[in-house]
Amino acid sequence: MGQEGNCKTKGDYLALSKSITIFDRSTPGLSGLDLPEIQKEASHFIPEKYLRKKKPILPEVSENEVVRHYIGLSIKNHHIDKGLYPLGSCTMKYNPKVNDRAAMLPGFTDIHPFQPESTVQGALELLYNLAELLGEISGMDDVTLQPVAGAHGEFTSLLMIRAYHTKIGNPRQTVVFPDSAHGTNPASVTMAGYKSVQIKSGQDGLVDVSTLKAAMNENVAAFMLTNPNTLGLFDKNILEIADIVHSVGAQFYMDGANLNALLGRVKPAEMGFDIVHFNLHKTFSTPHGGGGPGAGALGLKKHLSPFMPSPIVVKNGDKYGLDYDRPDSIGKVHSFYGNFANLVRGYTYIRQLGLDGLRSVSENAVINANYLMANLKAFYDLPYDRTCMHEFVLSGERQKKAGVRTTDIAKRLMDFGFHPPTVYFPLIVSEAMMIEPTESESKAELDRFIEAMIQIAREVEEKPDIIKTAPHNTPVGRMDEGKAARDLVVKWSPITEHC
Amino acid sequence: MSYIPNTDAQRHEMLKAAGVQNFDELFERAVPRKLWDNTEFKMPPPLSELEVSVLLNELSSKNICTSEIISFIGAGVYNHYMPAAVNALLFRSEFYTAYTPYQAEVAQGTLQSIFEYQTMVSEILGMEVSNASMYDGATACAEAALIASAHTGRNKILVPRTLHPNYAAVTSTYLSGLPIAVDTLPASDGLIDIESAMKMIDDKTAAVLIQQPNFLGLLEDVEPIIESAHKAGALAVMVVDPITLGVLKSPGEYGADIAVAEGQPFGIPQAFGGPLLGMMAVNKNLVRRLPGRLVGKTIDSRGNEGFCLTLQTREQHIRRNKATSNICTNQALCALAATIYLSLLGPGGLKHLGELALENSHYAYDKAVNIKGFSSKFDSPFFREFVVETSVKPSKLIEKALLKGILPGVDLSVFDIGLDNCLMLAFTEMTGKTQIDKLVQVLSGL
Ligand SMILES: Cc1ncc(COP(=O)(O)O)c(C=O)c1O
Repeated sequence: MGQEGNCKTKGDYLALSKSITIFDRSTPGLSGLDLPEIQKEASHFIPEKYLRKKKPILPEVSENEVVRHYIGLSIKNHHIDKGLYPLGSCTMKYNPKVNDRAAMLPGFTDIHPFQPESTVQGALELLYNLAELLGEISGMDDVTLQPVAGAHGEFTSLLMIRAYHTKIGNPRQTVVFPDSAHGTNPASVTMAGYKSVQIKSGQDGLVDVSTLKAAMNENVAAFMLTNPNTLGLFDKNILEIADIVHSVGAQFYMDGANLNALLGRVKPAEMGFDIVHFNLHKTFSTPHGGGGPGAGALGLKKHLSPFMPSPIVVKNGDKYGLDYDRPDSIGKVHSFYGNFANLVRGYTYIRQLGLDGLRSVSENAVINANYLMANLKAFYDLPYDRTCMHEFVLSGERQKKAGVRTTDIAKRLMDFGFHPPTVYFPLIVSEAMMIEPTESESKAELDRFIEAMIQIAREVEEKPDIIKTAPHNTPVGRMDEGKAARDLVVKWSPITEHC
Repeated sequence: MSYIPNTDAQRHEMLKAAGVQNFDELFERAVPRKLWDNTEFKMPPPLSELEVSVLLNELSSKNICTSEIISFIGAGVYNHYMPAAVNALLFRSEFYTAYTPYQAEVAQGTLQSIFEYQTMVSEILGMEVSNASMYDGATACAEAALIASAHTGRNKILVPRTLHPNYAAVTSTYLSGLPIAVDTLPASDGLIDIESAMKMIDDKTAAVLIQQPNFLGLLEDVEPIIESAHKAGALAVMVVDPITLGVLKSPGEYGADIAVAEGQPFGIPQAFGGPLLGMMAVNKNLVRRLPGRLVGKTIDSRGNEGFCLTLQTREQHIRRNKATSNICTNQALCALAATIYLSLLGPGGLKHLGELALENSHYAYDKAVNIKGFSSKFDSPFFREFVVETSVKPSKLIEKALLKGILPGVDLSVFDIGLDNCLMLAFTEMTGKTQIDKLVQVLSGL
């Protein structure tokens, strides 16, 4: 912990190791970037009344100190290039380096979204081709690349569905989804002006067909389903479900966050879905960047095409262009055309892999998950004991009875050098641990993880305290999240922070 | 495939552990055969890394980029100098290949950098609390309207005609499913028409949006609008260009309730308009209505100070249909780019960059309005962008200038804002005297 200095206040001793922020490194007069000289002050051009009076506090640091500071921070992170990151539903797969090199080519980084079309033909061609490929992968008729994340895609889809229903009569009032749905589904429903109707999953973790039937009526605009779902289970009744949804004229939405399990094998369109969102930052290997940026394209059937966000990329002869003349479009959902640089990465990935590569991804993702599941189910409860897809969900109920919660297990895993799984989601499994190894992990790495999980299960019996006080080998100990919310401190300030 | 670390033999062993002989057997246990047996995919063949690199190089070189040509295009995305240290740090795997810092103990690097980002954004915008990022300036603007409507319980948003047309478009799309009306505040002479604004702001108004400098680069008379919004019980939302804020009055100084900005100028490439960085900051009374991630400071079990995600009960994974927003994945890495960029810049650098843009734009303005066939469109003070009226159609002008190595600006006729023979030019530290003299020479010769 080279970054942290001990600090005492005068008088009473505080056994606190203070965090050193970039602000604490500031020395007035220093700067990390030289710029060309200016000739005239701002007041020469602009009346006084528009000028800033209260200067912002920003750090004054040399470039080398900035570099040291952020390198110092970086080493406190776990990341996929370091080791297993089995965060279920997030598909933390390896991010090929060639994707980044491609995205950083000056012909991609240094083009402006308002440049004349003739000067961005390569970019438009790439977008056009990527849309074609995603259309083929999903079996859908059309693709929009404008949404920049999964949730953004959900919201965009629901607005398109609203526009579709409005066009043929009325927008309808509700959107139905199972209780295993990701939180973004209901949140998107609200933002699109619909009421949420959450239905209970069946005993088998799948959509209960009779419950679904009871929930569907002419007021329902759409049914949203993740398939495979957030338990990592494929809904076998998918075609029957699609029929039920369509029988009342509702649209069938696929949350495609889990597409990794189906790549090159099953097409969302052939499962009866009308529209699907892709998370390029999951399935197509664009890096997660500490929480984003992502890219969340949509694949959709023809009847929804007129409502896609504007503009769309079109091809006329051998020229590419942007078409804004879309009278039924829902409008724009992003300042420009989406997260272009990530679309470059996704395109590079798909072109390199081809169909064989994509099939290899889904195959290895599913094998890895089933291998882990088979080796762990004797030690942890497995509420849905069936062949899983790319992920599976364990329950820490057994351990909880011995006084150790899933949070504790998650923290203990860090001591073995692993990132914990997604915990406490999906909400329908108590003490949930959602484990998604992805195709990127070797058998040896999975075996190490299995060993760690088994050792923790043993520790629950033998020395639970070591788990309850975990983590022990991380840059910091267990964080008091309650205190963070109670004594809200969300920015540095010179008064509270200086010793 | 070079991204799969297991051999057939290892896979076979794993399949056996899962109780099957081969993969199809496993897959069939989960997915009915009829859904995959006959599925066909028409895809181009796989490529080696070498081949895919060549392909992407070819596509990239079909674009004309601003490192080959002098560009005066702005309108929301700007060509700024990229300090080498930004990407050197950003592309560290530790930042780049991590995800949302749900598990604080192994994510202090990301969490502390977001805490620093929140501090910088609050400081620059002059507000009390910043979130950890939105998708872009336009969606931040739309989400600000949502906050205002939820907070006031009112359902009318006033959007000036001088707001970036794409931001206005995104805002109205975002609100289109909700019982919230979006009304347009008219403009005169490129500025919000204050008299109409006074009349339109009423006790049904949830928020008034004001862009400063506005879409046309001009400085709005912000005070009377905010005053009248507050008098009517509405919130004032300011949309700003953060690179100007070393020089220009901050939203906080104006008394704005919510400030949003496009953070792209802070160390993020133009990249054909994405990824961008939506900045959003509010005052404390609105903190529980903030969308997205927020990082707070706390203490660990060993007595160390540290950081974690906080007030998560606002968010979709907990609050579901009652969440403040659906945002989950955001623009974290772009926020980190901005944090590193601002650390390098410091307060002096930020001011200096603003002054460079200001000086360059005014140097260019004085020359441009004296070129035959070009005239100044508006008289009021501007910052780093200005509009000229042209006797030749802007699209023609752009086409011709392009042949001489210049992208002279944005043709405003593509927006539905009644400025048909107008060209808008933008300036940064990248377009100094040399570039401007070339521009003037080219425009004069057309
Ligand atoms: C099942 C599921 N749906 C939707 C989302 C939302 O996607 P994003 O974070 O890209 O907005 C996620 C992931 O975060 C997810 O796991």
